[in-house]
Amino acid sequence: MVFLDRHWIQARLEIMRMNIEIGGMEKKEITILAIESSCDETAASVVKNGREVLSNIISSQIDLHKLYGGVVPEIASRKHIEKINQVIEEALSEAKMTLDDIDAIAVTYGPGLVGTLLVGVAEAKAISYAKHLPLVGVHHIEGHISANYIENKDLEPPFICLVVSGGHTHMVRVKDYGEYEILGRTRHDAAGEAFDKVARAIGLGYPGGPKIDRLAKEGNPDAITFPKAKIADAPYDFSFSGLKSAVLNYLNGCKMKGEPIVEADVAASFQKAVVDVLVEHAMLAVQESGLDKFALAGGVASNTALRTAAEAACEKRGVRFYRPSPIFCTDNAAMIGAAAYYEYMRGVRHGLDLNAVPNLKLGEHYPGETVR
Amino acid sequence: MKIMALECSGLVASVAVAEDDTLLAEYTVNYKKTHSQTLLPMLDEVAKMIELDLQSVDAIAVAGGPGSFTGLRIGSATAKGLGLALDKPLVSVPTVDALAWNLYGCEKNICPMMDARRSQVYTGIYSFRGEAFITKRAQEPMAVTEIVEELNQLGSAVIFLGDGVPVYKEQIREWIKVPYQFAPAHLNRQRASSVAVLAMQYYKEGKTQTAAEHTPEYLRLSQAERERAERLQREI
Repeated sequence: MVFLDRHWIQARLEIMRMNIEIGGMEKKEITILAIESSCDETAASVVKNGREVLSNIISSQIDLHKLYGGVVPEIASRKHIEKINQVIEEALSEAKMTLDDIDAIAVTYGPGLVGTLLVGVAEAKAISYAKHLPLVGVHHIEGHISANYIENKDLEPPFICLVVSGGHTHMVRVKDYGEYEILGRTRHDAAGEAFDKVARAIGLGYPGGPKIDRLAKEGNPDAITFPKAKIADAPYDFSFSGLKSAVLNYLNGCKMKGEPIVEADVAASFQKAVVDVLVEHAMLAVQESGLDKFALAGGVASNTALRTAAEAACEKRGVRFYRPSPIFCTDNAAMIGAAAYYEYMRGVRHGLDLNAVPNLKLGEHYPGETVR
Repeated sequence: MKIMALECSGLVASVAVAEDDTLLAEYTVNYKKTHSQTLLPMLDEVAKMIELDLQSVDAIAVAGGPGSFTGLRIGSATAKGLGLALDKPLVSVPTVDALAWNLYGCEKNICPMMDARRSQVYTGIYSFRGEAFITKRAQEPMAVTEIVEELNQLGSAVIFLGDGVPVYKEQIREWIKVPYQFAPAHLNRQRASSVAVLAMQYYKEGKTQTAAEHTPEYLRLSQAERERAERLQREI
């Protein structure tokens, strides 16, 4: 048996560590192929170093789901499997790359619809396996937050982020890359769901967000006073179900009394009630945290009233305001690539057993996840 | 010719690699664990065991349906990802046909049955005449009574297999009028080796797909589409 000198082993380890570091230094650029399929958009993107988007392909199914007044999970899942390879191939070709130029594969593994998530997860794992590329599973909301890094090269944590979309309403303190503290969330429906339901009630159809946004521009936001979506004991939490019922009651009341309904006024007043409470809570979070940066994220971040109100509120307080362009607000894979880069740099890797986690919590880690 | 096959259309998860007349490896698990978590680790294990160079594979075969919608998509998305990454064609093998191939050479009627819920089975009627594989009734979702009635009409002996058998065994026994058997455990569930062998034939006949164009054959609409079609039908 050969006894190795302890100092010799330590020296070897040191050399190995240095080699790894040098190896890392030589490879300054990390290019990630990201895949997103958590709801009704099949998306793929190639992102360099987390902030440079080389391609961002989105195949939307929205017209298909309009027939049903909302996203039908089984139809969405079927559509994802039809489109996913074309979307990935287009993302690669637009970036003028092949899989050989890619350093890691990223994929949304939750939260979202289990059937649709599974398509992206299975596809991503297969590519990662066949090309021996590291796999990084990404939280969908972390993606939305990270969308802000793409166009705001100066934005770095810590900051407060309000994530509002069809399925999520979260007030998040972004402590560092990949480190989040959830300050508040919706107790019932997400803000986007309330938009969809009110839009249906006033005959605008699906998807409600953009339709209410458009109609509200023609209406008087102070015409009708709706209750604010607040929760008494939780300053950062939201509940839009009371507001939604108030709108429905108002509409029924008008019908019973035979009074005319001005849809534009309803849209504008409802939207104001939502925006007011979102911005109010956001500014409280900014103030309490002592941070001087605030970002919007998620599909509803495209809403013009919300953007305008949040920007004005930030300006008044001397807080820097960030938001992604609408193309990065909607579900997309560029944001997943941005989030994945920082997870990758932290050493997060997922295995071939990665599963879809439809109710994944922000900051939760997958059982098989490794951090180097 | 070397084929890598994936089968996760039902409760079984199975992967196999076959080369010409040789089955190099097969790994089949019939347990509750989700296919999403097991399929690729199983493939990885098989590949390591036989020192498989993934690039040496001619095509990736997959049980293309019918079956559990989610199960089919896990298999298909995995096959599509492999096909895209390795630049290999896919062979989509009808699930019920592949089940019938578990009983290669059997000249009796072969009746695979997969539980399709809603009082139906995905089923068909097949037999072998020498080396020829004969489809008497192509795969389709139907009521057990219906398929048993067809078997009675054909009037000859039949072997049943598939995960629909334990669900409908009593009904089959009650209604069947021809001699019958139930296939034993080593033959009565989906196996990726059967998918691989049938895929070789498909490949030789040029029945391949690109990874991009492949999509499962569900043989059934989604519930939302079905209800919408029924509503439109009523309105006419």
